[in-house]
Amino acid sequence: MVRIRTRQAIIAYLTAAPFVLFALFPFAWMLITSLKQNRELYDLSQNPFLVHGGITWDHYRFLFEHTAFPLWLRNSTFVALVTTVVSVLFALLAAYALARLRFAGAESIATFVFIVYLVPTTLLFLPLARLVAMLRLSNTLWALVVTYPAFIVPFATWMLMAYFSSIPRDLEESALVDGCTRLRALWHIVLPLARPGIVTAALFAFTLAWGEFMYALTFISTTNLKTVTAGVVVNLIRGDVFYWGSLMGGALLASLPVVLVFSLFLDSYVSGLTAGAVKG
Amino acid sequence: MANSVPSSMRSQQRDAGIQPTLWGARVGLICRRCLAWRAETITAWGFLAPTLLLLALLAVYPLAYSLYLSMTTTQVGAPGHFVGVQNFVQLLGTQIFALTLSNTVWYTVLAVVAKLILGLILAVVLTQHAPGMKWIRGMILIPWVAPVSLSVLAWTWMFDSTYSVINWTLEHLGLIATPVAWLGVPDLARFAVILVNVWSGLPFFAINFLAGLVTIPRELYEAATVDGAGPLVRFGRITLPLLRPVLATVLLFSVIMTSSDFATVFVLTHGGPMNSTQILATLAFKLGLATGDLGQAAAISLYLFPVLALATVVQVRLMRRTWQW
Repeated sequence: MVRIRTRQAIIAYLTAAPFVLFALFPFAWMLITSLKQNRELYDLSQNPFLVHGGITWDHYRFLFEHTAFPLWLRNSTFVALVTTVVSVLFALLAAYALARLRFAGAESIATFVFIVYLVPTTLLFLPLARLVAMLRLSNTLWALVVTYPAFIVPFATWMLMAYFSSIPRDLEESALVDGCTRLRALWHIVLPLARPGIVTAALFAFTLAWGEFMYALTFISTTNLKTVTAGVVVNLIRGDVFYWGSLMGGALLASLPVVLVFSLFLDSYVSGLTAGAVKG
Repeated sequence: MANSVPSSMRSQQRDAGIQPTLWGARVGLICRRCLAWRAETITAWGFLAPTLLLLALLAVYPLAYSLYLSMTTTQVGAPGHFVGVQNFVQLLGTQIFALTLSNTVWYTVLAVVAKLILGLILAVVLTQHAPGMKWIRGMILIPWVAPVSLSVLAWTWMFDSTYSVINWTLEHLGLIATPVAWLGVPDLARFAVILVNVWSGLPFFAINFLAGLVTIPRELYEAATVDGAGPLVRFGRITLPLLRPVLATVLLFSVIMTSSDFATVFVLTHGGPMNSTQILATLAFKLGLATGDLGQAAAISLYLFPVLALATVVQVRLMRRTWQW
C-alpha cells in the first residue's frame, strides 16, 4: 500500500514538473539576471544559468538610488489600496442587494453588471482617456483610482453575490424582526460571516489593480507619477543598451507583493474555487 | 489576471427564500408585507446606486462615446465631423488593418486552442494526490497572478536577439546550429507572442478545469472501468461531457480576453516585425496615441465588438442557467 502511494506521488511529481518549470522559469530567470554582474550578463561564452563572478546587488541599488522605482512602488500601492477599498465597499452593497433583497429588476441588473465585467479595457481606454481629461484628472494617480473600479466592481460584485447566497438568512432575518435596519444587519451580521469571501474579493481587487497596464500606460505620462507596471516597462530603459539586470530586478520586485499576498491566501482561494464548482 | 470566472458562475446555489414571482402573487393579499416589499425595493436601489452610477459613467458612457468617435474624423485637439461608417469601411481597405485583423483571429484561435488542450492536461495532472500538491497548484497559478506586463518583460529578455537563454539551451542541446531571431522573423514572432499568452493564460484554464474535475463522482469512473472502458473512453464519455459547462464558460472568457489582449504584444514585440504581430488593441493604441487619430482608433477597437457581443450573449445564457434568483 505504501509503495503504491509512493509510486503515485512520484508519477504526480514527474507529470507536474514540466508545467511547474514552464510556469516558474521566467521568474527564476528574472532573479538570476538581476543578481549577475553586467560583464557576465553580456558574456556569450558563459553558461547563462550560473553566476560565476559572485552575486551583485548593483542592479537593485541602481533601481532604488537612480530611478523612480521607489516612487512607482509607492504609487502602485496607493492606487491599488484605495481602489480595493472603494471597489469592495461598492461591491458589498450591490452584491447584498442582488443576492438578498427582493425587488423587480434584480435579475436584469445582475446581468448588466456581468456584461460590464466582460467588456475588456482595450475597448474603453480611448474614450476613458477623453473622460479623464474632461474631469481634469489626466496625469494624476486619481485617473487610475477613478477608472479601476469600473472593471473591479463588477467582478467583486459577482464574487460576493455567490458568497452572500451561501450564508443562511435566518440570523439576519431575526435581527430584522428585532428592528435592526438593513444596513446594520449587513454590517453586524452578514459582514462578519462573509469575511472569508470579502477577503478573497479584496485580494483579487488588489491583484487586478496592481497588475493593470493599459490605463496606467495611457493616462499617466510623467515618469514620477507612473505605477510600477508602466514605469518599469516604459521608463527603465536608459541611454545605453545594457539595462537588463535592473529591468529584471524591477520586474521581480514588483511581481513579489501580489505573489506573496496570494500565497498567504492560497488555501482559501483554491478551496473556494473547488467548492464553488459546477456540478453536472 | 483580468480574466477569471466569478465563482458564482460555477455554483448552483439555489436561494432558500421565496421566489420573486411567488412574492408578486402574495403582495396583494398581505398588505403589511406589501409595505415591507416597498421598503426593500427602496433599500435595494439605494445599495445599488453607487455601483450603477459608477458603471454608467465609466463603462456605458465610454462605450457609447467610443461608438460616436468611431463615426467621426476626430483627431487629438481637433473636433471632427460625422462620417458614418466611413472609418470602418476605409480600414478594411488598408493593408495594415487587414493584416491586423487576420493576426488577431489567428492569435486568438491558436492561443485559446493551445490553452484548452494544455489546460485539460494540466488539470488532470493536478488532480493527482501527493504530499505538497497544494503548493504545486499554487506555483502553477503564479504566471496568472503576476502583472502581465512585467512577466512578459522577462520573456522579452529570454527571446533577446543576442543573449537569449532559449537559444543558448537549444544550441547546447544540439537542436539548433545558429541563434534563432525569435522576435525578428514574422512567423517566429507570432509563435512567441502566442507562447507567452498561453504561458500567462494557462493557469486560468487549468484551475477552472480542476475545479470542474473534482466534482465528477469517482464512482462513474469506477463503474466504467468495471465495464472495461479504457482511459481514453472514460475521458471522452465521462470527463468531457461532465466538464462541458466549465469548458464553455472558460472558453468564452478566454476568447474575449485573448482577442482583446494588449500587454503581451505591446511589451514583447510592439506589433513588429513589420506589423506581423500587430493585433487590434496594439494598433488602436498606436493610432490613438501616436498619431492621434481618435476616430480610426476607436473604429479599430470596435472591431472587437462582434466577438465580444456574441460571447457575451452565450455567456449570459449559460450564467442564467446556473444562477437562480
